[in-house]
Amino acid sequence: MSDSAVTVSGYLEATARQRIRGFFDAGSVKELLGPAERVTSPHLPALGIPVAFDDGIVVGEARLESKAVMFAAQEPAFMGGSVGEVHGAKLTGILLRAARDKPAGVVLLLDTGGVRLHEANAGLIAISEIQRAAFEARAAGVPVIVVSAGINGCYGGLGIVTRGCDWVVMSEEGRLSVSGPEVIEAQHGVEEFDARDRALVWRTMGGKHRYLLGEADALAADSFAGLRAAVAPLLGQSRALDLQSLQREHEALGRRLARFGDAPDATDIWRRLGVDDVRAVPMMAPDAFVAMAQPLREHADG
Amino acid sequence: MENLSFEFGPFPPRAQPLPTVLVGVVGSGNMEALCEPAALDGRMRFEVHSSIRGYAATWEAVLGDFARRVRIPDVRVTINDAGATPAVVGLRLSQAAAELESGA
Repeated sequence: MSDSAVTVSGYLEATARQRIRGFFDAGSVKELLGPAERVTSPHLPALGIPVAFDDGIVVGEARLESKAVMFAAQEPAFMGGSVGEVHGAKLTGILLRAARDKPAGVVLLLDTGGVRLHEANAGLIAISEIQRAAFEARAAGVPVIVVSAGINGCYGGLGIVTRGCDWVVMSEEGRLSVSGPEVIEAQHGVEEFDARDRALVWRTMGGKHRYLLGEADALAADSFAGLRAAVAPLLGQSRALDLQSLQREHEALGRRLARFGDAPDATDIWRRLGVDDVRAVPMMAPDAFVAMAQPLREHADG
Repeated sequence: MENLSFEFGPFPPRAQPLPTVLVGVVGSGNMEALCEPAALDGRMRFEVHSSIRGYAATWEAVLGDFARRVRIPDVRVTINDAGATPAVVGLRLSQAAAELESGA
């Protein structure tokens, strides 16, 4: 089932269903719990808010460069891609299905502000269930790959879950953090973080910064071809998930804190990493940026 | 919320069975429409769930105009609306009709 015959070249502004059609092999997508099954939010009608037939997320099975994968894609326009009870259960379900059936990977096309506040505790519980299910898939040897290249970024509980997955692929336009810009400004004041300063937002949370910090494993152009090419080599490739790898990660975070803890701005971190012209970074094309940043960036496994 | 339903027709039967089609998203100023084959004695049935109250007459005019234009029998169209204007409703329905006719 499609929502438009119109071709969209960029990923950023596409709907969830356009993204699935552009991302996976033609004709390979099989949706589970599709809109006709009407598994919708039990909470929104009580608040006078219209439901969506898919609760803002499409889950299913597909192929990527002929390899069997499972996927979830959040619809950015429905309540900010937020995680409600049903939405979260669909994400949990596809991860547990992957742990059972062992495809070459689970690709999560995330685009979310986090928990759907209207569904409160049900949304928060959903996040913990998603986290656990992601670890179950990883423990079963199925790599969990997050793509954060959407209009809402990837924030809140799913920002935390993302860093517990095997791989993170971003575009420059993608963002990854826990508290969003408006939340930080509301909590700590505009002197701490000006949410309207888009340059500040992107150099603090955007794809290029996350790549330089080693939190994003790949940075691709905002195109289906670019993102596909970044995700495909990660299929079948799991990261270690054991005590040793966790200790290494904590040591790396400790080193990062010692090295950059007093840096007032992301550009200071880039300078200390050895980036010559930090002011040129935002204007660099993805390929040129990766060529420059790859030898300098932090490595989580370092 | 306002929950409305309308029926139009009957319209002449078709040889080809209709696919199930979803168009649009429930975003601000937008809507989604799920079109499914249903035994309705040739009529088109619309079920509208809208966050905006008080526009029943406008919905009836826009949906009735659409139904009499496309004349698709035995289809149930369920709409989740987040404040789409009549023009947006018309475009979404035209998109749905195009996908129903093409068997998408």
